[in-house]
Amino acid sequence: MFRTLWVWIGIPLIMIGIVAAMIIYSVNNPTDSIVERMLTYERVFRVIRQHASLLLISMTGATIVGVLGGIMLSRPSLYRAGRVVETIVNIGQTVPSIAILALFYTILGMGFRVAVFALFLYSILPILRNTFAGIDGVDYSIIEAARGMGMHPLRILTKIELPIAFPIIVAGFRTAIVINVGAATLATFIGGGGLGDLIVTGLAVRREMIILNGAALAALSAILLDYLIGKAEERVVKWS
Amino acid sequence: MIKVEGLTKVFPGQTIPAVKDLNLEIKEGDVCVLVGPSGCGKTTTMKMINRLYEPTGGKVYIRGEDHMKIDPIKLRLDIGYVIQEIGLFPHMTIYENIATVPNEKKWPREKTKEKVEELMHLVGLDPEIFQNRYPTALSGGQRQRVGVARAMVSDPPIMLMDEPFGAVDPITRARLQNEFLRIQERMSKTIVFVTHDIDEAIKMSDTIAVMNEGELIQHDTPSDLLSAPADEFVANLVGRHRSIKRLHLIRVHEILKEVDRTEPLTEDAKKEEVEKQLEDSDLRTVIVVDRDNKLKGVIGASDLKRKAGEVAGDYCHEVSDTVTDDATLNDALSVMLECGVGYVAVVNEDEMYQGTITLGDLLNVVREDS
Ligand SMILES: Nc1ncnc2c1ncn2[C@@H]1O[C@H](COP(=O)(O)OP(=O)(O)O)[C@@H](O)[C@H]1O
Ligand SMILES: [Mg+2]
Repeated sequence: MFRTLWVWIGIPLIMIGIVAAMIIYSVNNPTDSIVERMLTYERVFRVIRQHASLLLISMTGATIVGVLGGIMLSRPSLYRAGRVVETIVNIGQTVPSIAILALFYTILGMGFRVAVFALFLYSILPILRNTFAGIDGVDYSIIEAARGMGMHPLRILTKIELPIAFPIIVAGFRTAIVINVGAATLATFIGGGGLGDLIVTGLAVRREMIILNGAALAALSAILLDYLIGKAEERVVKWS
Repeated sequence: MIKVEGLTKVFPGQTIPAVKDLNLEIKEGDVCVLVGPSGCGKTTTMKMINRLYEPTGGKVYIRGEDHMKIDPIKLRLDIGYVIQEIGLFPHMTIYENIATVPNEKKWPREKTKEKVEELMHLVGLDPEIFQNRYPTALSGGQRQRVGVARAMVSDPPIMLMDEPFGAVDPITRARLQNEFLRIQERMSKTIVFVTHDIDEAIKMSDTIAVMNEGELIQHDTPSDLLSAPADEFVANLVGRHRSIKRLHLIRVHEILKEVDRTEPLTEDAKKEEVEKQLEDSDLRTVIVVDRDNKLKGVIGASDLKRKAGEVAGDYCHEVSDTVTDDATLNDALSVMLECGVGYVAVVNEDEMYQGTITLGDLLNVVREDS
C-alpha cells in the first residue's frame, strides 16, 4: 500500500516539485527586467497548456491510427504489405523531426494545426511498427491452438494476439511519446507554440534562465510520462 | 465415428503430396494411433480433420456428415485438440487456459469453474496450487497436462491429440500414458492420437495406422500389427524384438489373475510364519501388508537374521518401487530391472496391495506368445 502510494504519487510529486521550485524561484528572482517581462507564470502556464494540447491531440490520433493500422497489416491478406510498410516506417523514422516539420511548413504553412499534424504523422511510426511486430511475433502455434479449439478470428485478435503483443505496443507508445515531447518543442518554429517558445525566446534574448526553464519542463514531461507508462505496464502485464 | 476417404493434401508450391489418398475408419470409442517417422504427414492429416488445413482432395465424415458442410468454428468446438507444440496462452493463467472453450461456448461461470477444477484433478494438477499460475511457471510435463485438460474440458466426443506426451522424460511419459488410459477407460472418447514412438502406439491404441511418406501403410490392431506386419517398412518399425513389444500390450492385472502366489503376511505375523513362508515362496521374499492391506514392506533372509523386533512389521524393509495394476508388463519389467530384483509388488490406485509378479511370470507371457 505504502509502496503503491510512493510509486504513483511520491516519486512523480518529487519530480514535479523540483521543476516547480525552479520555476517559482526564477519568476520571483528575475536577473533583470527582460527576464521579468518574458518569464511570467501566465506565460509558463500558457506554453505548458499548448505543449500538452500538441501532445494529447497528436498522440491520441497516432495511437488510434497506429494500432489500427498495425492490426490491419498483420492480417494474413495484408501481411506482405505489412512487411513493406515496416521497412518504409523504419526509414521514415530516421528522418529528423525538424526536417518533417520543415517539410510540412513548406506544404501546409504555419500554425498549431500544422504542428499537430506533423507530430501526429511522426508518432504513428513507432506505434504502427510495434503493433505490427508485436502481433507478428506471437508464436504461430499459439494461434493454431486457438483456432483448433474453435476460437473466432476476432476473438483470437482481442483475447490472444493483442494481449500478448501489448507490452511491445506499449513500448512503441513510450518511444512515440518521448520523441513527441522532444519534437513538440520544435513546433514553435512554425508558430505552434509549446515549451519551445520559452527556449527560442530565451535564445533570442540570450537569457539562460528562460532557456533552462523551458528545457527543464520539456525534460520533466518526457521523463515523467515514460516513468508513469512503465509503471502502468508493470501493473497490467503480470505474466512475463 | 470418423471416416476418411481418399484424403490428400498438396501444400502450395510443393509437388509431392504431404498426405496422399488416405483412407481410414475409426469406430466410436476407439483410440486410433497414427504412427510413422517425422514428416510423414501425421500432423497434416490431423489438421485436415478439424479443417485447420483445407484438404486438396478427399473427404472426411464426422458421424456420417461431410465435415466441409459443418461450420469450421462449430466443428472445432466439438473436437478436442491438443496441438503438438502444446500452445498454451502465455498471458493467461492455467485456469483461464483450460476455460478457453467454455468461454467460447459462453458457459455460466459456475459450470466453467466446476468443470475446470474437475479436469485439473483428472490430469493430476491441484487447482489450489496451479490455477492462478502462468504457463511459464510450469514444467514441461505439467504444461502437457494443461494442454490435455484444455482440450477435454467441454467433454468433446472426439479428441485429436498430436504427440501430447512428446516433451517429457520417459518416466513422466509412462505416468501420463497410464493416466490417459485410465481416463479413457471411463470416458471412451473417439481419439486420434499421433506419435512417432511405436512403443507408445502399441500401448495406447485400439488400432494403429502406420504412415510413411504421406501414405497409409497398414491399419490394424496392435496385436495384428505385431504378428503380421504388412511390409518391410512396418516390420522394421515394430522392430525385431516383437515378443518384448508384446509386454506393452498386456496389463499387470491381466496376468495377476493367473499367477498363484501365497497370500502376504500381515504386519503382526510371528517369526515362525515368516520363516515358513520364506522357505515356501518362489520369491525368496515375504510380502508384508498392514491391517488395511496397504503394502508395508518385504522381508528377505538377511532381514530375518538381523531381526530387530517381535513381529514382521518391525523388521521388514520398504520397497523402493511398485507398479499399479493398470501398468503394462513393460513398466513392470522396467521397475524390476531398475530395482535389481526379480519381482515387483503391484498396488492399485489407492495403494492397496494386489499381488506380486516375477520375472518368471513375464518370461511365461513372452514364451506363450511366440
Ligand atoms: N504449413 C505447411 N506448409 C508447407 N509444408 C508443410 C506444412 N506443414 C507440413 N508441411 C510438410 O508436409 C510434410 C508432412 O508434415 P507433417 O504432417 O507435419 O509431418 P509429421 O507430423 O508426420 O511429422 C512435411 O514434409 C512438411 O514439411
Ligand atoms: Mg507432427
